[in-house]
Amino acid sequence: MTVEARADRPGRTVAARNLFRDRPVIPLTVLLAVLVAVIELADPGIVNPNWVSVVVRQTVPLAILAGCQVLTMLTGGIDLSVGAVASMAGFVSATLVNGWGLPAAIAVPLAVAALAGLITGIGVGLFRVHPLIMTLGISFVVLGLSNVWQLQMVQTGAGVAPALRTLGSATLFDLVPLSFLVFVPVMLLIILSLRRTGYGRLLYAIGDNPVAARLSGAKSWQVLIVLYTISALLAGIAGLLLSGLTNTASVALADSSLLPSVAAAVIGGTSIMGGRGGYGGAIVGALILTVLSALLTVLGLPEASRQVVFGAIIVAVAAAYTRVTDQA
Amino acid sequence: MTATPARVERVHVRPADLLTSWARRNLWMLGLLALLVFLLALTKFIQPTYGAIALQGLGTSVLPLALAAVAQAIVVISGGIDLSIGSMMALTSVVAATAMDGQSEQFGVLVVAGVLFLGLVLGAINGGLVVATGVPDIVVTLAMSFVWAGSALLVRERPGGGASTWLGNLVVGPLGIDWVPKAVVVLIVIVAVIWIPISRSRFGLSTYAIGSSRLAAFRSGVPVGRTKVLAYALTGLFAALAGLSLTASTSIGSPVPGPYTLESVAAVVLGGVSLAGGRGGVFGPMVAVVILQLIGTDLTFLNVDPNIAFVAQGVILIAVLMSARVVEVWRTRA
Repeated sequence: MTVEARADRPGRTVAARNLFRDRPVIPLTVLLAVLVAVIELADPGIVNPNWVSVVVRQTVPLAILAGCQVLTMLTGGIDLSVGAVASMAGFVSATLVNGWGLPAAIAVPLAVAALAGLITGIGVGLFRVHPLIMTLGISFVVLGLSNVWQLQMVQTGAGVAPALRTLGSATLFDLVPLSFLVFVPVMLLIILSLRRTGYGRLLYAIGDNPVAARLSGAKSWQVLIVLYTISALLAGIAGLLLSGLTNTASVALADSSLLPSVAAAVIGGTSIMGGRGGYGGAIVGALILTVLSALLTVLGLPEASRQVVFGAIIVAVAAAYTRVTDQA
Repeated sequence: MTATPARVERVHVRPADLLTSWARRNLWMLGLLALLVFLLALTKFIQPTYGAIALQGLGTSVLPLALAAVAQAIVVISGGIDLSIGSMMALTSVVAATAMDGQSEQFGVLVVAGVLFLGLVLGAINGGLVVATGVPDIVVTLAMSFVWAGSALLVRERPGGGASTWLGNLVVGPLGIDWVPKAVVVLIVIVAVIWIPISRSRFGLSTYAIGSSRLAAFRSGVPVGRTKVLAYALTGLFAALAGLSLTASTSIGSPVPGPYTLESVAAVVLGGVSLAGGRGGVFGPMVAVVILQLIGTDLTFLNVDPNIAFVAQGVILIAVLMSARVVEVWRTRA
């Protein structure tokens, strides 16, 4: 946006800015559509219902993890433990399913995840440890304990539960991924809680101005404890889906999703400083990252160049946001 | 300043007071050193054969992370954070290993100089982007970590290459007597030559100032943007040194970033540097790295699963910060 343009058409630029700031989903969807168009141009015929189904299936775990980042970033925090917690959930589930059955193989990992989140929440909320450090420390603990558990389980062996495999990779009527059916309620719950409930408002309030929130009577420590427990639970669900999608049980399964989950939230317009953002943008952000990755593969770029382009685009989008939102 | 010189003269400062106030200011550092001595004694107690050779191994193995921790400390002091340190280490390490492979020893010197310059440039790019875009440091460096890791893969797809012999000799073995690991001396010399003069210069003061309060620094006439870029460049330089130390100790370069980024953040915080910026130094983080490594060693000697050492690292990180908070609350109430 040049200076002249701003002088000539102040009304329109301001409108565009407000759109970008208040409804980031719209420009992001345009970007997504452009990417899909480019991929169709690069490889005509690739975009069909089946391809969409594959993309959605791959996006769901990332989008849930991005949800963890959105929720924590709204309060000015971040959750670096989602990778370790998600991997742990997928792995623990795979080790339990043969001996204890499916219900336990789903309930136990989620309970462990919630416990890890509870500890994180106590550290951040009550002891005021910096969220970055607290979640980092918890991720060390979870990863280490997962490895210990792995050594214990070498004899019994592990396999992803067939039900999870179906959930993670099968489709309904050959079109709608089953994991998407898990995702929809999660998505609605997050979006509606953020928009319509007092708890959602509290998250924004604490992130926007912690002092004002405290003076208005918000008990931020309670909010944070609940928040990090929810975040870890979401990470656990994402881990179960991811293990089903990839059909692997590994203690490092979701580690590579940690940084993309932060990137998806940032691209989606959530500010890491707190108080601004929403989940809708992060979902589109996660879709953009998945489609971008597919596009770079179609273009025949090696993994190395893909990473470079990936990073460059994250900086560019984040810079565009900052420019638009700061000057408006 | 309302005090006249005459009044100042009458205030007598007893040496004991000076000592206590110095100790109070360096409480964290003294605690770390005490912990280090305790751990060394404990190690010797658990494993009576622990001696000079093991100490040399310790020095070589902590060098990359210690340098990464110094790199992270500098940028954190300036009020930022650099999540691309591990990737910069991978990139500088593969560049060094690829350039030195099969070349003469003299050429190796040139490569080292070039790689250090590369580190400065990488760091300056990080800092330049942070300043120019106004995007939070953590987001920019997170994204750049992809860029640098991808570039490392472009340089070399799989681990390989070579290192000049003198470079390897620089970090392995003892210096003079057996009890002085060469790597530790190298570390201290590097930090003493680069960081100490800088931290006492105008730029060093500005770095602490922008970390402590950006606005106050700006209003006092500190060139905030320039200082930030320079701080990032310095971080890049130390990341390059860390990458070179990886190449030196393994004689190859690996394009896959190690766990150094997040471990360096942990070490910096344990080393008494405030994540909010403006407080702390680089020696605390270096000692913290050695402490974390020693705890791992001790647990191995005690026949504990090495993974528990990883857990212990996380628990210590959390416990130390929680107790620091408790002490802080207790002090303000007292």
